Amino acid sequence: MMDGDKMEITKNGFPDDRSETGEKDPNQTGIKVMKTECADSETEIQKAVKKLQSRRRFTQKFLFGLFRCAALVNGLALLIIVFFMLKNGISAITWEFLTDVPRESMTKGGILPCIVGTVLMSLGGILVAMPIGVASAVHLNEYARPGKMLRIIRLGINNLAGVPSVVFGLFGLAFFVTFLKMGVSLAAGALTLGALTLPVIIGSTEEALKSVPNTYREASLGLGASKWQTIYRVVLPAAMPGILTGGILGLSRAAGETAPIMFTAAVFFTPDLPSSVFSEIMALPYHIYVLATAGTNIEATRPLQYGTSLVLISLVLGMNLVAIIWRSRLRRKLK
Amino acid sequence: MANKQHTKAKTMQSLFFCIATASVGILFMIMIFLFMEGIPLFKIVSPNDFLLGKYWYPTSDPPDFGIFPLILASLYVTLLSSVIAIPLGVMTAIYLAELASPRVAEIVKPVVELLAALPSVVIGFFGMVIVAPFLQKTFGLATGLNLFNAALMLAFMSIPTICSLSEDAVYSVPTGLKEGSLALGATHWETIIRVILPASVSGISTAVILGMSRAIGETMVVLMVAGGAAMIPGSLFDPVRPLPASIAAEMAEAPFRGDHYYALFATGIVLFLFTLLFNIVADFISHKYRQVGEASL
Repeated sequence: MMDGDKMEITKNGFPDDRSETGEKDPNQTGIKVMKTECADSETEIQKAVKKLQSRRRFTQKFLFGLFRCAALVNGLALLIIVFFMLKNGISAITWEFLTDVPRESMTKGGILPCIVGTVLMSLGGILVAMPIGVASAVHLNEYARPGKMLRIIRLGINNLAGVPSVVFGLFGLAFFVTFLKMGVSLAAGALTLGALTLPVIIGSTEEALKSVPNTYREASLGLGASKWQTIYRVVLPAAMPGILTGGILGLSRAAGETAPIMFTAAVFFTPDLPSSVFSEIMALPYHIYVLATAGTNIEATRPLQYGTSLVLISLVLGMNLVAIIWRSRLRRKLK
Repeated sequence: MANKQHTKAKTMQSLFFCIATASVGILFMIMIFLFMEGIPLFKIVSPNDFLLGKYWYPTSDPPDFGIFPLILASLYVTLLSSVIAIPLGVMTAIYLAELASPRVAEIVKPVVELLAALPSVVIGFFGMVIVAPFLQKTFGLATGLNLFNAALMLAFMSIPTICSLSEDAVYSVPTGLKEGSLALGATHWETIIRVILPASVSGISTAVILGMSRAIGETMVVLMVAGGAAMIPGSLFDPVRPLPASIAAEMAEAPFRGDHYYALFATGIVLFLFTLLFNIVADFISHKYRQVGEASL
């Protein structure tokens, strides 16, 4: 009898975590057995323990529900934004909208110059950032030894990643546009975006390099290859898909940025497609901003604004989805 | 032959090192050029008047260059947005790291990433055309473009940062700690709040600071949604003009290398120093209180 009592207390006092994961609760049966055996010996202590236990279980259920809601809110936010852009923007998307230049002080016509401008500029930015970013990541992951220098470089990268986008714009204006005399141009915008995406590229390349198993390096070095040969012939090819994924993410980041290109590359309106790297351009994000806040007839051009937003988010989210799916495949392969 | 290869390997190593310092170089260049274009302002306005002056009328005659209302606006918007973003971000992170089954997590994680990828101008546009009229109608306000709206939109821009960094922090808590707590009879919730959270608090604080740094520097959202009035806000629903909005809105009109132009660059310096401070503090916390194993708790 005494043994039975003790057992019940410990069993009841023991929190039951398994019901969360859906496993069958072994306590349940234990309690039943106890109840038939010694129904009359239920003491005050046992009742208190039971009460406490059910309260603990309730707290957990309640709070975990709250956590689920929090996660749900994020999904809802994304859904709502995409839904409204789709609902209001889909009617504006026509072949003409995508392939024509803006007409009648941007109240009609299409957004071709913006699409071309955004694509060229973000590609230009990535072309600048990729070599520098990949080389930096190779240094950090393959060559660098822990020490003061490494700490400084890491701090530099982290801080560069934290610089506000509008400050990048000011920097581009002061350095590329004014100091290097590039003027408001495709080149100045691309270089500014390059500086902005550099930390993104470094981060994802490092992750890609880390995922290359050390045995690859050891095998190559063991065969007598030099460190550089190992990196060039073994590590980089193995990490290439991951590096390219990072490139896509950087590209999508560059395509969506507005503030850095406001002073450096994009103009209110230019009907011509860019003819050289020094021509002014139109860009999708800036076009949305201009139409929504400073256009000639803000209310009348709402459909154009939604349409342009839809094109931009399809471009950006599309690239991100490709990168995400590609990356998850890669991870599965490595496992 | 071997010698030649050796030299080549050495050259490559130094080359890579040089390129790796590029980020630090760019950061320095940003600082130099900001200061170069911003410092001339202090010939006509003292730094004290600039930072604490209550009036920002850059185009009137004589102009007033006091960015105190702008600084206050930036701080209010950032604080309010973190009140929304911190609980949501951290809770989502815990959900992802502790509660969600791998299959659910595989869907929720990309959703958070896509939320991070949404261009700021689209979020600003959304806040302007959907949320602002909604707020205006529901609360009977003069304008839906105000501090609260901007903070709400900013919150959804900083949630992904907070969430993904906190998730890493929660995920990296040694399993031994968790198992120990469960074995002592704590429930899963008690384990999370008493063991896992305290063990990952440095990572989570870093995440929160970086999220706030993202919010204070975010431009397009506050430019389009905050309302743009350069006054000290009296209520949650007053229009405000945070630092980045002021720079972005006025740079196009400011005469090249005039006082207004210098003032905007000086505003940029203030903004840059704010984020620099946030980032350095985050870096300090993550290094100082780094969890290196069960022993350091």
